Amino acid sequence: MKLTRRAALVAAAASLALPAAAVAADLKVGVNVALSGPNSSLGIPYSKGMQAALAYKGEIAGRKIQLILLDDASDPAAAARNARKLVDEDKVDVLMGSSGVPSSVAIAQVAKETKTPMIGLSPIAIDGADNNWVVTVAQPTQLMVDAVVDRMKANGVKTVAYIGFSDSWGDLVYDALMKAAPSRGIKVVSNERYARSDQSVTGQVLKIVALHPDAVMTGGSGTPGALPFLALAERGFKGGVYGQHGLINPDFIRVAGASGQGALMPTGPVIVAEQLPDNYPTKKIALDFRREFQKVNGAPTTDAFSAYSFDAWMVFADAAERALKKGAEPGTPAFRQALRDAIMSTKEVVGTHGVYNFKDGNIYGVDQRARVIVKLDNGAWKLAQ
Amino acid sequence: MTWDIAAILATDGLANGAVYLLAGLGLVLVFSVTRVVFVPFGDVAAFAALSLAAFEAGRTPPTIGLVATLAALAAATEVASLARRGETKRIARAVLLWGVLPLVPCALAWLAARPGVPAPLHVASAVLLVVPIAPLVARVVFQPISDASVLVLLIVALALHFLLSGLGLLFFGPEGSRTQPLAGGTLALGGGVTVSGQVVLMVLAALVLSALFFLFFERTVAGKALRATAVNRVGARLVGIRPARTALLAYGAASLLAGLIGVLIAPVTTMYYDSGFIIGLKAFVAAIVGGLTSYPGTAIGALAVGLVESFASFWSGAMKDAIVFSLLIPVLLLRSFALPHGDEAEEEIDT
Repeated sequence: MKLTRRAALVAAAASLALPAAAVAADLKVGVNVALSGPNSSLGIPYSKGMQAALAYKGEIAGRKIQLILLDDASDPAAAARNARKLVDEDKVDVLMGSSGVPSSVAIAQVAKETKTPMIGLSPIAIDGADNNWVVTVAQPTQLMVDAVVDRMKANGVKTVAYIGFSDSWGDLVYDALMKAAPSRGIKVVSNERYARSDQSVTGQVLKIVALHPDAVMTGGSGTPGALPFLALAERGFKGGVYGQHGLINPDFIRVAGASGQGALMPTGPVIVAEQLPDNYPTKKIALDFRREFQKVNGAPTTDAFSAYSFDAWMVFADAAERALKKGAEPGTPAFRQALRDAIMSTKEVVGTHGVYNFKDGNIYGVDQRARVIVKLDNGAWKLAQ
Repeated sequence: MTWDIAAILATDGLANGAVYLLAGLGLVLVFSVTRVVFVPFGDVAAFAALSLAAFEAGRTPPTIGLVATLAALAAATEVASLARRGETKRIARAVLLWGVLPLVPCALAWLAARPGVPAPLHVASAVLLVVPIAPLVARVVFQPISDASVLVLLIVALALHFLLSGLGLLFFGPEGSRTQPLAGGTLALGGGVTVSGQVVLMVLAALVLSALFFLFFERTVAGKALRATAVNRVGARLVGIRPARTALLAYGAASLLAGLIGVLIAPVTTMYYDSGFIIGLKAFVAAIVGGLTSYPGTAIGALAVGLVESFASFWSGAMKDAIVFSLLIPVLLLRSFALPHGDEAEEEIDT
């Protein structure tokens, strides 16, 4: 009771002092990722990337940035609760998250309802025209698969067999492949599927090998995505094996072992930052990010995820600087509106994964500068020329 | 489909069938002695595989902590039940048996995690490490409710599976692992078809272990006690067989089988903390073919499941599991027509 009274007194004193001292309010960033549960292998790097970003740029126009980080335990319902808490109690100016698509969709819903701008860290399955408070720094799947198919065409591939997960990720990659391949004169000859929990894909791979395709495209992610690589190597498949950005993960390399040798896949340029030509637009900031990450977390980055956090921070920092000039105080609805407008007019903001240009009606804001093709060579990613 | 594709699919199916055979034997053994459908069987197998992967990665397997915790729980349960009955003299022995004995494989595993230990010792200590898991869990969870109905036991077993796979996620993390093959080289069958040494090893292991099981049940007193308990628990008690002790033996044997399965399949499939469940489920289909009591029936069922799974993955990869599980429908129909319909009521058992 005593404490409450004292708190009230302090608050009263503060409110009296405020107009005189004109203390500038801090900017608040509310982040929700999965630090526990099955999605935590992505959420933990995301949160480490946020810490690196805060250390890299902790102040905008003389105002400090506060980072509030919550864990949704890989549960979309908890993600929505956390997002509401961040907006209602902490009065954040921007929401960021989450590490998984379902949780991101849940946060996007809260962002729209509470009129709070959101910068997503993963692809989000929503329509930008329907929810104009949300953008994401991740690359759309089509952009990545287009790059793979271009590479196939350059390598003289005429027929490609597809094997992917029997879930929405497998569908997404397959649809992107079907959209990209015919216009480049490549025929997709099969659509084999397997479950993430399957022990073997021998049957599916035998069917593919019997079709004698020039190449195989895989639509899996993480360690279960290594299964087709292992089975194709076992059957002695000689054509090229292509992957997508879901496989850029150190655990994939560990499980695929020698069978992944020579596999080609698209990713954001940050993965091979050191190998990029010096005039590549994202090279400098990617190296800065690597250095900052090492300093803050005491370990090098090995994944693409922490870099998305860093890019979301860069987009926010750029937009907040412009929004502050409009005069609204952080923590107010007027500032959130100004921040949203600023994010939606983002022009040529350079991040580690790409160069960002957002506009109303589209949640994605990257172009072909946000992708490179890498080759798995002796357990390390090499920029493919 | 050509002949060589069929041959490759058949060998793949036989290798999977061998694994389901071993898992099915374990399930039938536990069920016939204790009436528990031991759902966490597959989790124990996954723990063995992931422990071996941890050894190979040069880490101390986190399974040690799990076994030590379970041993402490089981010892506490045993001591509490002895103290309640006033049998204080037997407490020291109980602590030794439940608290200290399971720590022996833990100590071995801790030593095996040192650098420079040869690979066969890693395999052996990974198997030994998981052997105490099922008996300890059974002491804590199943022994106090050993008279409950089959349905209650099944639901408890299911809950236990979720608990163990949750612990698996905590200890081993969400990513999968593979281990080095136990047997290298390939065997040429002619016609361009080759079989890897690991597959030969899996099929041989299933044959040898099935033979050992047969000898154990036919030729040893302990095996006969297990069979007697399976046939009639009351009768077994009347002739001086302790159901709790035979149950312990059954769980120990099942745990050993699970450990062997784990190290046998880890080189050919990527094992995750929750991979065990689907293996257990397919072994359960095999065990149903054998009516959950017949070992030869289970063996036939296991090979059928393995082969159907392998050929189904060729014809329709996405529908593979649905095809395997729909095998149950004709089997259950046939069984209910062919066999006299037993009383649905639970048999009365007193302990």
